[in-house]
Formats: sequence, structure tokens, C-alpha cells
Amino acid sequence: MSKYFLNYLDELESEAIFILREVWAQFENPVILFSGGKDSILVTHLAKKAFYPAKIPFALLHVDTGHNFPETLQFRDDLVNKLGVKLIVGSVQQSINDGRVAEERGKNATRNALQITTLLDTIEEHKIDCAIGGGRRDEEKARAKERFFSHRNDFGEWDPKNQRPELWNLLNGKHFEGEHFRAFPISNWTEMDVWNYIKRENIDIPSLYVAHKREVVWRSNSWIPVSEFLKLEEGEEIHNKKIRFRTLGDITITGGIESEADSLEKIVEEVAAMRKTERGDRSDDKRSETAMEDRKKQGYF
Amino acid sequence: MEINNNQLLRFTTAGSVDDGKSTLIGRLLYDSKSIFEDQLESVSATSAKKGHKGVDLALFTDGLRDEREQGITIDVAYRYFTTPKRKFIIADTPGHIQYTRNMVTGASTANAAVILIDARHGVIEQTKRHSFIASLLNIPHLIVCINKMDLVEYSEQRFNEIIGQFEEFSSKLLMKDVRFIPISALDGDNVVNRSEKMDWYQGGTLLNILETLHISSDINKIDARFPVQTVLRPQSEEHRDYRGYAGRVASGIYRLGDEVAVLPSGFTSRIFSMNSGETELEEAYAPMSIAMTLEDDIDVGRGDMIVKLNNQPEPVQEFDVMLCWLNDDSAKPRAKYTVMHTSNEQRIMIKEVIYKVDINTYERIEQDKSLNMNDIARVKLRCTKPLMLDSYRDNRNTGSIILVDENTNETVAAGMMV
Repeated sequence: MSKYFLNYLDELESEAIFILREVWAQFENPVILFSGGKDSILVTHLAKKAFYPAKIPFALLHVDTGHNFPETLQFRDDLVNKLGVKLIVGSVQQSINDGRVAEERGKNATRNALQITTLLDTIEEHKIDCAIGGGRRDEEKARAKERFFSHRNDFGEWDPKNQRPELWNLLNGKHFEGEHFRAFPISNWTEMDVWNYIKRENIDIPSLYVAHKREVVWRSNSWIPVSEFLKLEEGEEIHNKKIRFRTLGDITITGGIESEADSLEKIVEEVAAMRKTERGDRSDDKRSETAMEDRKKQGYF
Repeated sequence: MEINNNQLLRFTTAGSVDDGKSTLIGRLLYDSKSIFEDQLESVSATSAKKGHKGVDLALFTDGLRDEREQGITIDVAYRYFTTPKRKFIIADTPGHIQYTRNMVTGASTANAAVILIDARHGVIEQTKRHSFIASLLNIPHLIVCINKMDLVEYSEQRFNEIIGQFEEFSSKLLMKDVRFIPISALDGDNVVNRSEKMDWYQGGTLLNILETLHISSDINKIDARFPVQTVLRPQSEEHRDYRGYAGRVASGIYRLGDEVAVLPSGFTSRIFSMNSGETELEEAYAPMSIAMTLEDDIDVGRGDMIVKLNNQPEPVQEFDVMLCWLNDDSAKPRAKYTVMHTSNEQRIMIKEVIYKVDINTYERIEQDKSLNMNDIARVKLRCTKPLMLDSYRDNRNTGSIILVDENTNETVAAGMMV
């Protein structure tokens, strides 16, 4: 084979860097949506590469539901310090206090949907015209149709049937005041690609992804971590299990899997052998067949 | 799976609901073990609810609520799978006439196109349309799958008849590499696994062909083109004088010390350094994203193109393109648009519609000068300042443009330099 070709990870990296640079060139005030999960950590790492030796020119925006893993917040603050970037926090608790949203009621109440309002309010308040996300098309069927540059109207809504066609490498980020874009530089990566790349580049990730002992309860087919927010239901027992998380969301809804994978090598092996999608353990996606699509249309990540 | 030197292959699929395109993709994903248990459970449940026998493979690819309800694919959807030999990205596009725009979109970055023909019906208008777009977009490899062979008794004669039909009309098209495979997506014959019912077919399965297509030379490695996206100026203690030009190599190969010209200004210099993140590079080639510094302090910014001194594109202000109209709003006569070409932007006017193409018959229409959704036409454009264009046949990255409507900001047309 010829010497002058890129392997698939190099090609994905190059594509993501290209998109991040287009965001910087085409928008006034872009930010990276940072959740503390591996995908947003990856996007931040790629941004560092894209602008080296200059600093990352984007602030990190974290929508804080108040239901965090403590490890996530620590990781976020350490990373912000190390990179010397600005951190913007949008607080769901503040949105509740201000009466912008009301806490969900009932047994399966979460703050997942409430994030939409907080996110859109923060975008408006800080005059953000592009929010860079770590969404991947392989995650979920509604995400399979996202563009790299995804237009949102002045209500922050996504119209999947009326998206701008995206051809070759020509990204059209033109917008009117009040509208914004979402940019998805790692659209074409799969979960396996993300892990292989994290391993190759030896990127720091929160310890939650690595197998560790934790108090958990068995609920909706996964191990939900014990936290101050967890109310035990009848018949539920606390177990001490060696688990790890495949995705990180709110501590109230993110289920772990039993695992012995305590190193990046072992995680990669484990992911390769998995027969379930990573969002399979997220109760927010299980509400209905089109749960993700419905949230995305309203302005979700 | 180990990190290795596997390549990435992007392909597009075209066909209508009835061709079994969604079933084919479902089959590829299913037989290559790229479908997860929870996806399978969800699809099995939906299949049962709809009263299908067994698992309806097509449901793996139907994404949005509207299309689930209508049973059609309405937009480009991307799918991923990996085998021990390659990573694949499928741009799955609908085959209906009103969706030419999506097919063009899906085809624009593809290494290969998979076209489906129903063995019972043979070549139909839609086949001609898809083939035309594959040829227009200069997709390097075309794989024609003659599907539903189970419904024509796995007949070799029928297979050859359809190849004959295909070759007859496609002689008018420019296509470099065309393959034909007899398959049954429903039963999985010759998709991932070899068919036991068609021992007369000696070629590879669809997956086998996708895994072995030679794609290293799909990118132009001769004409070095480096469009500058943005300028990096760290202004830190450590990198006080660093002024790097960030971009992705569109084509060709650059080496340290190469004599280069910056277009459109024409200033010349030599490459002083190149880096990808913290890694210093001695050479860089397409499609690498890099930062480049030059020996001389000259004025370079977004929209400029750094090329080799001895191989430069022609700056043109008035030129012909094959234009595909992608918007509900038709082109207005002598209307002005913003043109985007690599990292460059100018204003442009549609001077003249020379002819439109009937993509079913490939005939030229010279009387009708309107440009409406899904029209493909040869047009003459005039730009406010010269663009550094290559012919699209030579270079997909520097021979392509899009037009943006200044009133709506929408992408209204895609053009390929003739």
C-alpha cells in the first residue's frame, strides 16, 4: 500500500480538526459543550491539537444539572486549570429557582429535559453563536442525521427535515442574529474509535470510566450509583460491586456495568466485545422510540 | 481490536424502498455483527408490532419518526461498521425523484457508490438517475448490486441481461471502475456470505469488494493545494514569533523547503516548518490537517491558497460549472449569491444557464432556462474576484463550490468546475 494515506483514526482526527478550525473561522463566539464525559473530553483534546501552539480559543460551557458525579466536577476544574481556558456554567438549579423550569415529578423524574432551557438561556445570555458538541452519529438514530454544522432557529430548535445540505468539505455556518449553530466534529466516530484514540493518545479520562468498587442498586437493567439523590424503592438493595460507566450523565440516571476493566487496554478490549450500545444503560433514551429525536428538536445536545 | 493501519472507506447507497436498499444495509450491518443486542430487541419489537415475520432488517436504518410512520427514508443518514480490514461510513440516501439533492450530498465525499437494481425490473429510470449522479460527482468506484435474485430463480441469464442493459446506457457516462454482483439482500446471498445458490458467479461478495477496493489513489496526490483556514498566532513567551497557517491539505504532498506561492497575491516563499499538534512534520499530504510556517514574513490569511511554485491553479473570474440546484426557491435571473470555495468566499452572479440535463434520458434541454429544485445544469458564473479553481475531474476538493442565498443563508446549489 502507498505510503501516502492516512489510517482511519488519523483521517477522523484530521476531519475533526478541520471542523474545529472552521468553527473558529466562521463564528464570533463559539464554545465547547463540556459534560465531563469522554466525548467532550475528546473534542477538547482535538481542539488543543487544532490550535497548537496557540491556546484553545473556545470557552468550555458546562450545563450543571446539580446531579453530578463529584469526580466529574473535579475533573472539569482540573482540565480548565491545565488548559487555561474560560469556563461558563449554566445551572439547572438556578433555572428552577428562577421559575424558568419545574422539577419533574413521579417515580422516574430526572433533570435531563430541564437542561434544554438552561442550555438555551446560557447560549442567549453569553451571545454564543456556535456550541460545539461531542455528539456522534452512531449513538442514536436521530443523531445519525445530524450535519457537522447544524442550524438552530432563534428558538434554539432543530428542524431535521429542513437541514442545509452539506457537500464536500464546504461548511456553511452563515446565520442571522439570535440564531446559533451546533457543530459536531466527531460525528463520524464510533464508540470503538473514541476508545482506540483515547488509548493511542493516552488522554486523561475521569476514573468513573475505569472499573472501581461502588455502592449501587439494580434498576432498569443496570447498576445505578448510590448518591444523595437516590431514593431506594421497595425491594431494592444496596450492593457493593466492581463497576464502570460507559457513558456519563446525571448520577441519578447513569447506569454502570459490572466490569474488571481497570486499564485503557482492558476497556478497549471490553468495548470491542460488547453486544449492547452504550446508551442502552441510559434511562433517558428508553422513554420512547423517538425520545432523543423529540428532545433534539427542542434544542437538546 | 488493535489500532492498525486500516483505511476508511466512505460509500453511498442509492435505491428506492422497493429495491430493498434498507434491507441491504441492515443485512450488511447484521451479518458483519455490527448490530447490538438492544438495537436488535428494539427492531424485533417494532417488527412484531407491524406484523412482520421475523426481523425486518430495513428498520435498522430508518431513523426519524416521520419516516418510520411513512415507511420511507427522508434524508441522508450515516451508518458505521468496521470489519477486521476496514472502517466503513455509509451515507444512506433516498432514491425518490424529489430527493436528488440528498443523493448529491451523500455522493460528494464517497469513494464508492452502491446502486441497487431489482432483478425482476432490470434497469429503470431511477437506475439511470443514480448512475448519472455517481458519474457527475466523480465517485471513483461504482458497485451495481442486482438484488432479489431469489425472485428470478437465481438466473445467470437474467443477471447478464441486466448487465447488458446497464452497459448500453452507461456508455454515455464517465465511469472508471464498475462491478456487478448478483445478490439477495433478504436472504443474505453474496452480501457478506457467498451464495450457495449462484455458483455460476465467481466474483467477490459485496463486503469482500468493499474491503478490497483500491482507494489510496482516490485522492489527487500530484497537484499540491493548501487552503488556509485560519492563522495561528500564540504570542506566548515560548512561541513569540510563530505565525502558522492552519488548514487541511486538499491534495498533493508538501515537504520542508518546498518553494511555494501564496494565491491570489502571488508572493513566493519556502516552507519553514509544518506541525500536527506538537508533532513536527517533514512532509504533509492530503487529507492531513496541519499548520505551516513560511520562511518569509508575508501577508497570508483565510481564503488564501498555498501551492507549489511550479504547479498552480488557474485564477478564473468567469467559468462554467455543472450546477445542481438544491433549494425550493428557484434561481432568480442574474441573481447574486455568495460562493464558497475551499476556505474562500466571494460574491457571484449566475450569468447564463447554458443547458439543463434530463437525468433520465441524459438529453440536453436548451429552451428552459429556469433553475429549480433538483435541476442539474451547465451554467456560466461570474465572480467579483478570481477563484483558484481546478477542474472537478482532477480535484474534487478544489473543483467544487456551493452557492449560498444571501437573503436566507441557505445552501442553494452545488457546483462542479467543468
